[in-house]
Amino acid sequence: MRRDTHPLTDDHSFAGAFAAGLLAPDMAVPDVILAASAARYAVYRNNITVSLIEALAATFPATKRIVGDDFFRAMARTHIRACPPRSPLLFHYGSAFAAFIDTYPPASGMPWLADVARIERAWLYAYHAAEAGTLSAQDFARVDPARLGDIVLTPHPAARVLSSAYPAVSIFSANRKDEPVGRIAAREGEDALITRPGADVIVRLLPPGGAIFLRTLMDGEDLATAAGAALASQNSFDLALNLAGLIETGAFSTLAFGSPSDDARQHDDA
Amino acid sequence: MSTKTILSSAILAGALATALVSLAQADEMKGASAAEKEKCYGIALKGQNDCAAGPGTTCQGTSTIDYQGNAWKLVDKGTCVTMELPEGRKGSLEALTRDLPA
Repeated sequence: MRRDTHPLTDDHSFAGAFAAGLLAPDMAVPDVILAASAARYAVYRNNITVSLIEALAATFPATKRIVGDDFFRAMARTHIRACPPRSPLLFHYGSAFAAFIDTYPPASGMPWLADVARIERAWLYAYHAAEAGTLSAQDFARVDPARLGDIVLTPHPAARVLSSAYPAVSIFSANRKDEPVGRIAAREGEDALITRPGADVIVRLLPPGGAIFLRTLMDGEDLATAAGAALASQNSFDLALNLAGLIETGAFSTLAFGSPSDDARQHDDA
Repeated sequence: MSTKTILSSAILAGALATALVSLAQADEMKGASAAEKEKCYGIALKGQNDCAAGPGTTCQGTSTIDYQGNAWKLVDKGTCVTMELPEGRKGSLEALTRDLPA
């Protein structure tokens, strides 16, 4: 064994050689390390995978509870090797996990699992999102009723809307508590609003048409356009119910009047 | 005709008024029921029961089997007896004689 040169003397190639095999357990221990200690490299390799599995378990507790510890750890390990972190900030890790679950063959019998993971990822996103004020009932009450259709809203930085073809919101809610999970009666697809108006993240099941209503508003369209789009997609869209939900959840931060150039609706106002 | 013309200002204003009233009512109700919990026996997983003397006392988390009948947990009022547990167990507002440690 060569003792005359230290592996750290050539920093760049050392780091590259060191990193190459960390997520590839079948790869031989790099030569630069063999000179030092193969056993120590194995410890490092193990710690990286375990710490990333723990990070995913902390971010996706409902997903883990649904599939159980062994299944989750095996799925997480496969994901980590296929998709290593791109950022040194650990709380960013896992943004590709839901898409991975969609393609993970052992999870194919649980087609709703990836959507549950999407809600959990949005939960963490909301948790770390910037602070911002929320619109109150008074803010809306002050708007001139004749101009209500023209208002445009800025979404709160934490607010996200997710749509699932499965009852993912019900499954998520039942599994984020430490109480036993009863029978989940929901069978239809569900939409969720995830946001954080104050200190606590909220995940709210949206009423019919609620997702398209909020998405249209988030895209910067005015209230009349958003309500019209929701009504066009969903006959049972209840505008009062959705407005109350929008205010109660604090999904939007600021209110302004949209461009006055669009006068299509003024004929109706008479 | 654009979709906007479907909704007149009167409809929007009416919906907002309804929304504001329902929010005000919800605020009033919240004061009355937000903190209402009830003791529910036989539902806690082992080591996750609450305790009569409150969190931090020694009997919290001391149940030794899942769904132990004489261990309780605080749950939202009205949800205890409707909870469905494995193998036909139900939650109860009174201590139960099932699932007791040997």
